[in-house]
Amino acid sequence: MNTPGPAPAPAPGRMPTGNYLFVGVIIFLFFLGLMGLLYYGVQQSDRAGRDALPSPLIGKPAPEFDLPLLHQPEQRFTLAELRGEPFVMNVWGSWCPECRVEHPVIARFALTKRVRFIGYNLKDPREDALRWLEQYGNPYLMVVVDESGRTAIDFGIYGAPETFLVDADGIIRWKHVGVVTDEIIANELIPALELAEAGR
Amino acid sequence: MLVLPELGQVLLILAILVALLQAVLPLAGAQRGKHAWMAMARPAAHVQLVLVLAAFAVLTAAFVTQDFSVKYVADNSNTLLPLVYRYTAVWGAHEGSLLMWTLVLAAWNSAVAGFSRGLPEVVAARVLGVMALVCLGFLAFLVFTSNPFMRLLPAPLEGRDLNPLLQDPGMIVHPPLLYIGYVGFVVPFAFSVAALLDGTVDARWLRWTRPWTNIAFGFLTLGIALGSWWAYYELGWGGWWFWDPVENASFMPWLAGAALLHSQAVTEKRGSFAGWTLLLAIAAFSLSLLGAFLVRSGVLTSVHAFAADPSRGMFILVFLALVIGGSLVLYVWRAPRLAQGAPFAPFSRETLLLANNVLLTSAAGMVLLGTLYPLLADALGMGKISVGPPYFGLLFLILMAPLLMLLPLGPLVRWQREEPGKPLRMLAPWFGLAVVIGVIAFFSAPQGPWKTAAGAGLGAWVLLGTARFAWTRLAVPDRRYTLEMLGMTIAHAGVAVFAVGALLVEGMNVQREVAMSPGQTTEIGRYAFRFEGVDQLQGPNYRAERGHVQVFRDGEPLVLLHPEKRAYASGGQVMTEAGIHPGIFGDVFVAIGDSLGTAAAGPSVAGVSAAAPGPGAWAMRLHVKPFVRWIWFGAGLIALGGFVAAADRRFRRKPEVAQ
Amino acid sequence: MRVSATRRCLAVALCVLAMLLAPQAFAQVSDPTPLQFSDGAEEDRFHRLAAELRCVMCQNQSLADSDAQIAHDLRREVLALMQAGRSDREIKDFLVQRYGEFVLYRPVVSPATWLLWFGPALLLLAGAVVVWRIIVRGNAAEPVPRDDGQEW
Repeated sequence: MNTPGPAPAPAPGRMPTGNYLFVGVIIFLFFLGLMGLLYYGVQQSDRAGRDALPSPLIGKPAPEFDLPLLHQPEQRFTLAELRGEPFVMNVWGSWCPECRVEHPVIARFALTKRVRFIGYNLKDPREDALRWLEQYGNPYLMVVVDESGRTAIDFGIYGAPETFLVDADGIIRWKHVGVVTDEIIANELIPALELAEAGR
Repeated sequence: MLVLPELGQVLLILAILVALLQAVLPLAGAQRGKHAWMAMARPAAHVQLVLVLAAFAVLTAAFVTQDFSVKYVADNSNTLLPLVYRYTAVWGAHEGSLLMWTLVLAAWNSAVAGFSRGLPEVVAARVLGVMALVCLGFLAFLVFTSNPFMRLLPAPLEGRDLNPLLQDPGMIVHPPLLYIGYVGFVVPFAFSVAALLDGTVDARWLRWTRPWTNIAFGFLTLGIALGSWWAYYELGWGGWWFWDPVENASFMPWLAGAALLHSQAVTEKRGSFAGWTLLLAIAAFSLSLLGAFLVRSGVLTSVHAFAADPSRGMFILVFLALVIGGSLVLYVWRAPRLAQGAPFAPFSRETLLLANNVLLTSAAGMVLLGTLYPLLADALGMGKISVGPPYFGLLFLILMAPLLMLLPLGPLVRWQREEPGKPLRMLAPWFGLAVVIGVIAFFSAPQGPWKTAAGAGLGAWVLLGTARFAWTRLAVPDRRYTLEMLGMTIAHAGVAVFAVGALLVEGMNVQREVAMSPGQTTEIGRYAFRFEGVDQLQGPNYRAERGHVQVFRDGEPLVLLHPEKRAYASGGQVMTEAGIHPGIFGDVFVAIGDSLGTAAAGPSVAGVSAAAPGPGAWAMRLHVKPFVRWIWFGAGLIALGGFVAAADRRFRRKPEVAQ
Repeated sequence: MRVSATRRCLAVALCVLAMLLAPQAFAQVSDPTPLQFSDGAEEDRFHRLAAELRCVMCQNQSLADSDAQIAHDLRREVLALMQAGRSDREIKDFLVQRYGEFVLYRPVVSPATWLLWFGPALLLLAGAVVVWRIIVRGNAAEPVPRDDGQEW
C-alpha cells in the first residue's frame, strides 16, 4: 500500500488547491457583486419616491373616461374633449394631507397658465371636495369627479397625490406619484411639456 | 431619576475599550505565544458582559420610570403603557433592539469564555479574539450611529407610544429568542476563523463547537416559529408565513445553520468535510449579519423593517464587507492546508449528508436570490418587479421534496460504504405504507388533494423512516441510544410534523368573508358560526369593539369567540384581535371587519341563510384551518431535538489537548 | 419582526387606515361590504388569484390580505372581471397593463427573470457537480473498504 508510484489522488472531503482557488474566486466575485448591489440599495434608500410605481402607461394613450364635473355635476366630461392641446391632470382628495402640502406649488404653476390644469377628484364626497377647494383655493381649469375610483384603476392611479401630463393627441407622457415640488416642475414637467409640444 | 442616561453611554464606551482589549491582545498573543496576553481574553469577556448588561439596565430603568427626556423612550412609550410593556418596549425599535443584540452577543462571549477550558489555550484565545472583534463592530455601530441614550430636551410630557402590534406577549419573547439564535452563530464562525488562522481543524475541537451550534440553532428555530405564530394570531388574516424580506432574513441563516450542524457532525466523527464545515459556519454567520443589515438599513421595503437611515446602512454594510470579505479571503488562503478525511463510496452516509448540504445551501441561495431580485432588477433598470410567495413557495417545495425523500435513509446508512439493498429493504414496507397514506389522503381531502396527499405522504414517510431507525437501535441487545441520537430522532420527527402541518393547512384551509347581522349563521364544513352582536369595551390604553361569535361543530356548541377591533388612544391605530379556538386537528379563526350599518345586501355564499343582514351588520372573516398547530409543534420539536442533542455526554468529555 | 413608523409610505395609507374607522371631517368614499360570490368554488379561485397579486400601495402585502382602500377597489375589480368570464391570465394582464409587473407576486418568466427562475437550478447543478467530483476522486485510487468499526 505504501509502494512508490504515481501520487494518489487527494482524498475526498478536501479539494485540490487549484479547485479551492477556483471556487474561492467564484465566491469572491459573487461577494463583490452582492456588496455592490447592497451599496446601491443603501444609496437609494432615502431617495424620495423610491416606492413610487413607474407607470406602464407612459407613451400609451390615456384611457377614455366619462366623468361628471365637480362644479356642474349634470355635465359630463370626456377625454376626447381635451384633445388638441396638452394638459396636466392632478389627482387629489380632501382626505389626503399630502395634497394640501403640494397645493401651493401646483396653484402657483397653474396660475402661470403654461398648460391646461385639470383636477381629478378621487373618492371624495362632493361636499368635502367643494369645501376643500373653497378653503385652499381652486387652481384648476375644471375638476372631474371619480367617486367610485373605477376610472382611476384604468389610469393606474393608486392614491393621491398623482400628476399626469397628457399631450395633444391624448398620449400620456409623464407621471409623478407623490408631492410635486418646484424642482420637479422645473426639471421634469416643463421639459416633458416642451417635448410634447415640439413633437406635435 | 437615580440613574442618568448618560451613564449608559459611558458604559457602552467602556465596553468598546474592553472589547478592543479582548480582540487585540489575545489574537496577538496567540500569534506570538504570549500566555499573559492570551489570558486577558476570559476576564475581558466577563467584564464586557457586565458593562453591556448595566447599560441595558439603565435603558430599562429609563423606560420603567418613564423618563421622556430620553428620545428613544419618548418615541416608544407613553404614560398609558402598561408596566409589563414598559419593560419590553426597550427592544421595540432600532436602537434598543440593537442594544439587545449587543447584550446577547456579550452573553455568548462570556459563556464561551466560561466554557472553553477544554480547548487549547491558543485556540480559545483566537476564538474569543474573533468574537471580540464582532462585539467591537456592534458596539461601535451602537455608539456612533444608533445611540439609545440620546436626550430629547426639553423633555415632552407625553411620549408617542409603543407600536400597538408590539404590545403583546408574543412580541415580548420573539426578539430575544431570535437574537440568541442569530447571534449564537458567531460561535462556530469564530471557531472557523480561529481554525483557519491556525491552519488545522482537529476533530476534537469540533466536538467542542457542536453543542454551541445546536443550541443556537434551537433558539433560532424557536424564534422563527414564535414569530410565525405571533403573526398568525395577531395580524388577523390567518397567515403564518409571507416570505417577507425580514422573515427571509432570519430563514436564510436557519437553512445554513441546518446544513452546518450536519456538516459538523461529519467532520467531528470522520474528519471529512472540514472545508465545507468551516465555509458553512462563515456562511451562516454572514447570513445573520446580512439579515441584520437588510432589516435595519432600509434597503428593502417591508412591513417589518425598521425606519431607514443611509448612514446606518453604510456602517453595517462596511462592517459586513469586512467580516465576510475578510473571512472569505482567509478561507481561500488557508483552507487548502486542511487535513483530509477518509475516502467514501458513492452510497454512504457521507454522500447523503453532502446531498443534504447541497439542497439546504441551494434553498438558502434561492431565498437570497428571490429576496434581493427586486433590488437587482431596479439597479439594472429593469423596472419594479415583485417576488413573493408563489415563487418562494414553489421553489422551496421543489428543493425540499428530495431532502424529505432522502431523510429517512441517512440514519440507517453506514459511514464510508453501505450496501444499498440493506437500508432500502428495511424501509421499503414503510415507504409503501406512506404511499398508501398519501393516496388515502388524496381521495379523502375535501379540497386541495395534491397538497394534502403530499403532506400526508411525505410526513408519514419521514416519521415512519425515523421510527424504523429508532427501532433498529432499540432492537440491538445493548440498546445504546445516546442523547445525540435521541435529539436527531426528535428533530427529524419534528420535520415530519411540520411538513404535515404546512402542506395540509395550505391545501385544506377555508376562508369566507361574509356580512352578518346578529342572529345570522354561516356554515363552513362541519362548523357553523352564529354572530351574536358587538359591544364596546375599554382597555388600559385602547377602546375596543368586541364581537361575540358562537361556534358549533357538527351541530354541538363548541366555543364562544370574541374577536376585537381595538383603537389605541395614542395614535388612533386600529388593530384586529382575532378570536381563535385552537385544536390539535385544526383551528377555528374569526375576525371582525367593518361595520356595515344597514347598507349590506344579503350574501349568497352556499350554506348561508338567505335573509338579508339588517341593522348592526358587520363584515366577518371566518376561517377553518386544519392542522395549523402542527407547524409550530413541529418547529418546537426541531428545536427540542437540537437542545437534546447538545446535551449528549460526548460533548462534555474534555477533549485532550493537541500537542 | 416589527412595524416601523414609515416615513416614506404615501400618507394616503395612514389616512386610509385611520379614516376607515374613526369618524373624521374628511373621509374617502368607501364601501366595506364584503364581496358577493356566486359559490364556494368562485370564492376559492378568487382567494388564490388575489393571493398572487400584490397590493400596489402597501409595503409587501397581497391583494387578498390588505386593508388599504385601493386594495378593496382592486379586489372588487378582480371579482367583476372574474364574473365577466375572464381567465386568471387575462385578469393579471389587465392589472399589469395598468400598474406594471410590480403587481404580480409570481414574476413573469422572461429574459429579465431567467436568473431568478433558473438560478436555483444552476446552484443545485453546481452542487451536484462538486459532490460527484469529490466522490469520483475518492474512488479513483481503490475501492473503499467497509468500515466495520464504526460507532454511531
